[in-house]
Amino acid sequence: MRSVSIIGVGCTKFGERWDVSLRDMIAEAGVMAIEDAEITGEQIDALYVGNMSAGRFIEQEHIGALIADCAGLSRLHIPSTRVEAACASGGLALRQGVLAVASGYSDIVIAAGVEKMTDVSSGTAADALAAAADREWECFFGATFPALYAMMARLHMRRYGTTHDQMAQVAVKNHHHACMNPIAQYHMEITVDDVLKSPLVADPLHVLDCSPISDGAAAVVLAPTENARRFSEEPIKIAGSAQASDTLALHDRRDLTTLDATVHAGRAAFTQAGIEPRHVDVAEVHDCFTIGEILAIEDLGFVEKGQGGKVTEEGLTALGSSLPVNTSGGLKACGHPVGATGIKQAYEIALQLRGKAGKRQVDDAEVGLAHNVGGSGGTALVHIFTR
Amino acid sequence: MTNQAPRFWRSIPQRYNLSGTHCTSCNEYFFPPRNLCPNCRRGAHLEEYTFKGTGTIITYTTIYNATEDFERLTPYNLAIIQLDEGPKITGQIVSSSAGVKIGMRVRPVFRILGKEGDRGIIYYGTKFAPLLEPSCSEEKTGDK
Repeated sequence: MRSVSIIGVGCTKFGERWDVSLRDMIAEAGVMAIEDAEITGEQIDALYVGNMSAGRFIEQEHIGALIADCAGLSRLHIPSTRVEAACASGGLALRQGVLAVASGYSDIVIAAGVEKMTDVSSGTAADALAAAADREWECFFGATFPALYAMMARLHMRRYGTTHDQMAQVAVKNHHHACMNPIAQYHMEITVDDVLKSPLVADPLHVLDCSPISDGAAAVVLAPTENARRFSEEPIKIAGSAQASDTLALHDRRDLTTLDATVHAGRAAFTQAGIEPRHVDVAEVHDCFTIGEILAIEDLGFVEKGQGGKVTEEGLTALGSSLPVNTSGGLKACGHPVGATGIKQAYEIALQLRGKAGKRQVDDAEVGLAHNVGGSGGTALVHIFTR
Repeated sequence: MTNQAPRFWRSIPQRYNLSGTHCTSCNEYFFPPRNLCPNCRRGAHLEEYTFKGTGTIITYTTIYNATEDFERLTPYNLAIIQLDEGPKITGQIVSSSAGVKIGMRVRPVFRILGKEGDRGIIYYGTKFAPLLEPSCSEEKTGDK
């Protein structure tokens, strides 16, 4: 298998983008990535796009062909494939691109992600997202996505003493990071008190514990590492790429306070990269809810099980500390256009490793990690990046 | 939202009763019934099994913000319950709101789960209610 590198990146502004369509956004992100890599359309061998639910959000399927068309590539007849793993669709698109290049089957591949969520009411959006849970044995009984994470949070609090304040601190930190990220949905500092006084969605989670409904698109260009410097002065090597699955329903899991898919994907990615969690300088993890970030830093092996809330409160995961997590603002504050999130994570890590992350730059970042979860943990993807 | 009728009548027995499967090879119980045992796979010996229905609340939440189908019920309690035979399931807890606790013992009750609008199908199924048994001390039962 060949080593694979990122040679170009692009990402739209995330947010409530009522002025632009899915087509506009994917073209914008794609062109940015292609220009960054200084390649032409003729050089592209394949496209992969992560998209969870365009059928529900904009009543459009067949997103593979659509994005090739929107990107002006229709006359080149490039194979274009849409992949779906709920909120991990973007991470999955990245992995499919990595596999295509690593295998030697393709040389230059675009991995993209897109979601246009604000054309429907919030109730319709919530129902579309609930389809990532077990429709027959969770949603049928009234489960919502926040409810599933709320049940994980409740048990984590009970077993490990995690507090409301500690969870709120994840949101406070990620909003602070987002203020330094031009593409983030929210440029607004919040306090622990703001989180705790915001309306309850599913006890113990408040509105400000939850990631928003967002529009956005992101794209990266992949090439074999051996050729990467022909295209980019600052290629980012993908040192590890791993994916794992678990039961669709939360209740069927071995442990309700561990995402085993994250544990398995994390271990595999670290083994592949030949590095350990302590070597990671900057991480983007899946904080769809504040408890999600606490679970992620535990399940990826950065801290011991049960310590995620405590270390967050102590500031370990803030910019300027030893393990900055979600410098983009995370799903919470950068926004969560579900299909785009996994690619945006790779975009953020690439900027950090290139030293181009502006005010939120992590000093001397050499190793980065991106962690993307589908549903309540039925899928997890972990990618490790090096300079 | 979706037309739930076909998927509902396909699975009537396990909607109306807590009927699942028991793998006699590994002695694990499954609800809903599984066609393949994740432990033994093709080496499994699966037989039908009707659960006693009693179980313990492992974790729970109170939902204030629901999907359109459940908006009229908010706030309502949802829990993951471990049945006495082992499998965990998701279900609503019908009880005075103050009462739900981790470790609480529950029993199944037959209730309306949803309706397809004013003229559509009514879905029935299982919710859970507190099991008032003398030996049950909610505060002391603890995690399972």
